Amino acid sequence: MTQLWNFAGGIHPPENKHQSTTRPIQQAGIPERLVLPLQQHIGEPAEVAVNVGDRVLKGQVVADVTSGMGVPVHAPTSGTIEAVEQLPVPHPSGMADWCVVLKPDGEDQWTELSPISDYKLMDREQVLQIIRNAGIAGMGGAGFPTDIKLRPPRDRKVETLILNGAECEPYITADDMTMREHAAEVVSGMQVMAWILRPARCVIGIEDNKPDAIAAMQAAVQGTQIEIAVIPTKYPSGGEKQLIEILTGLEVPSGGIPADVGVMCQNIGTSLAVSRAVFEGKPLISRVVTLTGEALQQPGNVEALIGTPISYLLAQAGLHPEQLNRLVLGGPMMGYTLHSDDVPVVKTSNCVIAATAEELPAPPPEQPCIRCGQCALACPMELLPQQLFWYAKAAEFEKAEHLNLFDCIECGACSYVCPSSIPLVQYYRYAKGETRQQRAEQLKSDHARERFEARQARLEREQQEKEQRRKERAKAAAEAQAKKQAEAEQAAQQGEAVDDRAAKAALVQQALERKKAKAANKTAEAAATAPAPSQETASPDTTGEDQALPDIEALEKQLMQAQGKLDTMQGMLEEARAQQADNVDKLERAVAKNHDRVQRAEQALADARNVLAEQTSSAASE
Amino acid sequence: MWTSFLIAVVVLLALALVFGGLLGFAAERFRVEGNPLVDQIDSLLPQTQCGQCGFPGCRPYAEAIAHGEAINKCPPGGESTIKALADLLDVEPQPLDAEHGVEQAKRVAVIREDECIGCTKCIQACPVDAILGAAKHMHTVIESECTGCDLCVEPCPVDCIDMVTLEPDIRTWTWTPPKPNLIATDRQGAST
Repeated sequence: MTQLWNFAGGIHPPENKHQSTTRPIQQAGIPERLVLPLQQHIGEPAEVAVNVGDRVLKGQVVADVTSGMGVPVHAPTSGTIEAVEQLPVPHPSGMADWCVVLKPDGEDQWTELSPISDYKLMDREQVLQIIRNAGIAGMGGAGFPTDIKLRPPRDRKVETLILNGAECEPYITADDMTMREHAAEVVSGMQVMAWILRPARCVIGIEDNKPDAIAAMQAAVQGTQIEIAVIPTKYPSGGEKQLIEILTGLEVPSGGIPADVGVMCQNIGTSLAVSRAVFEGKPLISRVVTLTGEALQQPGNVEALIGTPISYLLAQAGLHPEQLNRLVLGGPMMGYTLHSDDVPVVKTSNCVIAATAEELPAPPPEQPCIRCGQCALACPMELLPQQLFWYAKAAEFEKAEHLNLFDCIECGACSYVCPSSIPLVQYYRYAKGETRQQRAEQLKSDHARERFEARQARLEREQQEKEQRRKERAKAAAEAQAKKQAEAEQAAQQGEAVDDRAAKAALVQQALERKKAKAANKTAEAAATAPAPSQETASPDTTGEDQALPDIEALEKQLMQAQGKLDTMQGMLEEARAQQADNVDKLERAVAKNHDRVQRAEQALADARNVLAEQTSSAASE
Repeated sequence: MWTSFLIAVVVLLALALVFGGLLGFAAERFRVEGNPLVDQIDSLLPQTQCGQCGFPGCRPYAEAIAHGEAINKCPPGGESTIKALADLLDVEPQPLDAEHGVEQAKRVAVIREDECIGCTKCIQACPVDAILGAAKHMHTVIESECTGCDLCVEPCPVDCIDMVTLEPDIRTWTWTPPKPNLIATDRQGAST
C-alpha cells in the first residue's frame, strides 16, 4: 500500500458522475464542418500552413508554430479547407479567434503515418520531437505543450512521475472512462514519458470513487514498475499541487513548478495521446469529452474529433433545448459558462454540462462577508480567501498579491462553502487579471522610458556633433583668414601692395583730371557755340557711349550670373521642399532675394539699352 | 565626585565623536546621487511623454511633483496613477484635473499608409522613436512601441495619422469584477 499524505482544506461536493458512466465511450463521428482554432495551447498561436481550397488528409498539419512555444494543429479528417476566419472559440469571454474551417469529404483518408515499433532505440530528443509534431498539449485544461513540459530544467531531476487520474471535479468522467477502456494505451504512454524522464518512481493517482478504472489500470500495470495509488475522494485532490502533496508529501513552492520538488504531473488523456503518437504515429486529432447534465437524454462520453461543434455533440446526446438553462464547459467548479453552443471542441475541452435551471441554479445574491472563516478552512492552498476578497474588492491588488493571490488555483472551494454566497473566485480572477495588466503596463512604460531616454541621448549627441562641426569650420575659416592676412602683410612688407594702391590712386586721379579737363573744355565749347543744342547732346553722347558699351556687357554678364544663381537656388528649394528639410524657409528667402536681384539686373540692362538706343537714334538723326 | 562626573562627560564626548565620525563617513560613502523620489515618481508615470501635463515629458513632471506640483495632471495615467502617486507621497488623491485632458482608453497611432507623403515630420515628433520610415518613403507606426501620446498627429501635413482605440481581444481580455450587490428581494423584482 502506497503511503499517502493529506492536503489542507478541500470539500466534498455531490459527485454526479454516475450519469455519464453508464455507457461506453462512443465515436461522435464526422460533423459537417470542423472548426480548428489556431491556438489551443499556451504559447504562440499556430500559423496557417494550408490555403483555402486545399484538400487535406486526416492527420495532415494545417497550422504550425514556427517561432516560440506551441504545437501544430492537424486535420482531424480528410476534406477541403473552407476558410480561415475569426470564429467564436471556447473562451470565458465568448470572443472570436482565428480558426481553420475544414469541410470533411467523408472519406476519412489518413495521411502517411510513421509509427515507431521500438522507441527505446531512438534518441530521446527524437521522441520529444514526435510528441511535439503530434500536436500534444496538456489535455487537463491548461494546454501547456507536453514536449516542453517533458524537458525539465537541467538542474531539476524528476524523481517522481505522476499520472493524474484523480478527476476530482463533479460530473467529469472523461479520464475515468479513458482509463477503463484504454488502460493499456495509457500505461504505454506513461512508459514512454518515464523513459524520457527516467524518474525513480512512477505512480498513477486515482480517486477511490472510480473502482472500475482502478481495476482496469491495475490489470494494465501488471509487470511494470508503475504503482497505482488509490486516494480518498476529496475536491480538489486532482489539482496538480494537491495530488503531488497527497502522493509524495512534498509541497510545490509558491510561484514554483512541480519540477522544483522533483515531480511531474501528466494527464491521463495526454498519456493516451503520447501513446498513439509514438506507437501508431497518429497526431492528436480527437479527445474524449464527457457530455452530461439533466438537459441531455443520453449523457455519456464520446470520442470527438477536435473541431467538432458542441451543438453537434449535444444533438447526438439528445439535448432538450427547452430544458437547457446553462451550458458549462469544464466542470461545475472550475468551468465557465459558454455563450453559445456553436463553439468547437478543442484539445483542452474535457466536459460539457447541459444543465437545467434546477441543476445549476443562478447563484444567490451576494451578501456581506460575515468573517466566518469557512473559506480559509476549505482553501486547499492555505491562503486567506477573506483577506484576498477584501483587497480584490477594494482594488488593492498589491496587497492581495502580498497574500499570495497568484497561488490561488481558482478551484472554487471557497465560493462553494461561503454562507454569504460571495463569488470569491470571480473576485480573484478579476484581481489576477488586473494585476497582470498592470504588470504589462508597467513593463511597457519602462520600455517607453528607455526608448525616450535613448532618443534624448541621441538628439543631444547629434546636437553636440553639429556644434563640434560648426566650431571646426569656424576654426578652419579663422585659420584661412589669418593665413591670408599673413600673406598680405608679407606682400605689404615687400612694398608691392603699397605700389599697387598708389598706382590705382594715381589712375583715379588721372581719370578725374581728364574728366575735369573735358568738362572745362565742354563748357568752353558751349560758351563758344551757344546755339548748338544738338552738339550739346552729342558731346555727352560720345562720352556716354564710351561708358555705355562696356556697361551693357557687364550688365548682361551680371544678369546671366544672377539668373544662373536663381535657377540653382530654385532647384535646391524644390528638392528641399520635397524632402521637407528644415532649411526650406531660408531657401525661400534666398530665392526671393535672388529674384529681386535678377529683376534689378534686368531693369538696369533695359535702362542701359534704352539709353544706348536713344543715343544711337540721336546720333543717327544727327 | 568630580572625577566620576568628568569620566561621564569624557565618555559621552568620545561616543559622540565616534558616532558623529561614523555617520559622517556613512553619509559620504553611501551618498545617493540624484533625488530617489523623482525616480520613484517617474516610474509611476505612464511614460507616454505626451506633455499633456504641461511639462516636456514624464521626468520633468516627476521633478515638478517632487517640488510640490499637483499630482492630478496626467490624463494618460488617470485615476490609478493619481492613486499610486498619492500612496507614494502620502497625500490625498485628487480627481483628475480636466484642464489637462480626460482619461481615455488606450490608443495607438495608425498611419494611413497610402496617404503618407514621407515627410518625416511625425518621426521627428515621436518621443519614443515608434515611427519607422525615411524621407520620401512611407512611414509606419510600430504598434507595440506606440504610447498613444498623439504628438505625431498635429505635425502631419496631410493628416494621415489616426488615433485608434485598442479594442480588447481574446488575448488581452480579463475577467470583470462580479456585479454589484443585489439583494434577494431586488432580484425577485427584477426577474418578474
